[in-house]
Amino acid sequence: MPVQYEGIRAEHVQVRTGAGMFDVSHMGQIETSGPEAEGFLQRLLSNDLSRLAEGGAQYSVLCREDGGVLDDLFTYRLPGGRFLTVTNAANHDKDLAWFSEQAEGFDVEVQDAHDDWAMLAVQGPSARAALDSIASGGLPTRMRTAELELAGVSTLVCGTGYTGEDGCELLLPPDGAVAVWDALAEREVRPAGLGARDTLRLEVCFHLYGNDLSEDRNPIEAGLGWCCKLDTGFIGAEALAAVEPDQQLVPFAFIGPGIPRQDNPVAAPHGSGVVTSGTLSPCLEIGIGMAYVPVADAEPGTPIEVDVRGKARPAEVREKPLYRKDDSG
Amino acid sequence: MAEASYPEDLKYHAEHDWARIEGDQATFGITWYAQDALGEVVFFDPPEVGTHVSKDQAYAEVESVKAVSDVFAPLSGEIVEVNGALADSPENINADPYGDGWMVKVRLSDSSEVDALMDVAAYRELL
Repeated sequence: MPVQYEGIRAEHVQVRTGAGMFDVSHMGQIETSGPEAEGFLQRLLSNDLSRLAEGGAQYSVLCREDGGVLDDLFTYRLPGGRFLTVTNAANHDKDLAWFSEQAEGFDVEVQDAHDDWAMLAVQGPSARAALDSIASGGLPTRMRTAELELAGVSTLVCGTGYTGEDGCELLLPPDGAVAVWDALAEREVRPAGLGARDTLRLEVCFHLYGNDLSEDRNPIEAGLGWCCKLDTGFIGAEALAAVEPDQQLVPFAFIGPGIPRQDNPVAAPHGSGVVTSGTLSPCLEIGIGMAYVPVADAEPGTPIEVDVRGKARPAEVREKPLYRKDDSG
Repeated sequence: MAEASYPEDLKYHAEHDWARIEGDQATFGITWYAQDALGEVVFFDPPEVGTHVSKDQAYAEVESVKAVSDVFAPLSGEIVEVNGALADSPENINADPYGDGWMVKVRLSDSSEVDALMDVAAYRELL
């Protein structure tokens, strides 16, 4: 996937105001099936799998025993007792090894499905209309899936995304992806790259693994406690139940000029912290980011300073999301 | 974004900076090649007027959405003016790198340094 096509800002604005499509085929997939698939995934994934209905989508993290985050993932429950879990590209092999290792003792089949799927994210306020016009049936609502034909290509359409805009993610056979891409391009859906994907997700404070999440951070301090259902007994639950985090991941915005970047040191009233993601917000036109800061400084409005290559830039802890639809004016 | 161009009347530095020399003063900026490599410039962090800059040393920063880059002084001197319009319109660096995208004006402290800079033909060789 290219970093950009016509320019990060133009693509960003296109997704906020029209529709853009991202080729995210680099993302991996693991298919889990078999009689004990649900119990197995309940053990691995932090969310409550028993509440994931057929045709539904669920976000969770994959933890080590000590609560460190191996990956954050979406899992779709498909017909026939099959589950499809979407992995981050850089973590796919690690995740697959973890799944296979933990599968011992369960009557399940874990399969690397990366080569079976191409993946497109179609996002923006007019994304659904464009998809509707090439779909064989009704599109799924948010956090639901539907098996449809798009431009004649059999596609798993998922009501999920990573931009804060309405839209769908498409899992489709690799040899059909170009036909769907072209059909969408004819309907005013413009290509968008990795750069815009990052600025879009950061404006709405979605985590990026490798920046905001890592094996050295637990989901509680990352603000993902909501998807950790400790009573399901998933791997890491015990460690997380005992966690009393010193730091918390917070969104922030600069008061003046400058652009925060990953690893910039943060000075907060109760101690130091570190930026995990930073960019110039194309919609807000200020520097924004996420940082781990002392828990006592996590309150929105708390003044902090970000050291950007030796310059102390004043900033303020903000509420999630940093960008709301109404802010665009 | 403008077509690749390298004006004849400028002097060039290997870090992809240009200088337009007018008497004992010079205007600095970055070349078409540099802005193209950076991508969309979204922030220009200027030095302060009165600062002394040294040839081959970083005097400012430009950032695109994805990356930050130092801007190097092709010549030494004292900054007498910065392009304030770049604060609101850093994209001028992409759109017009030799015109509205100029960065600073400098009173030169050693005009003999000019001899070490490249003319357009030598700079083009480098690209």
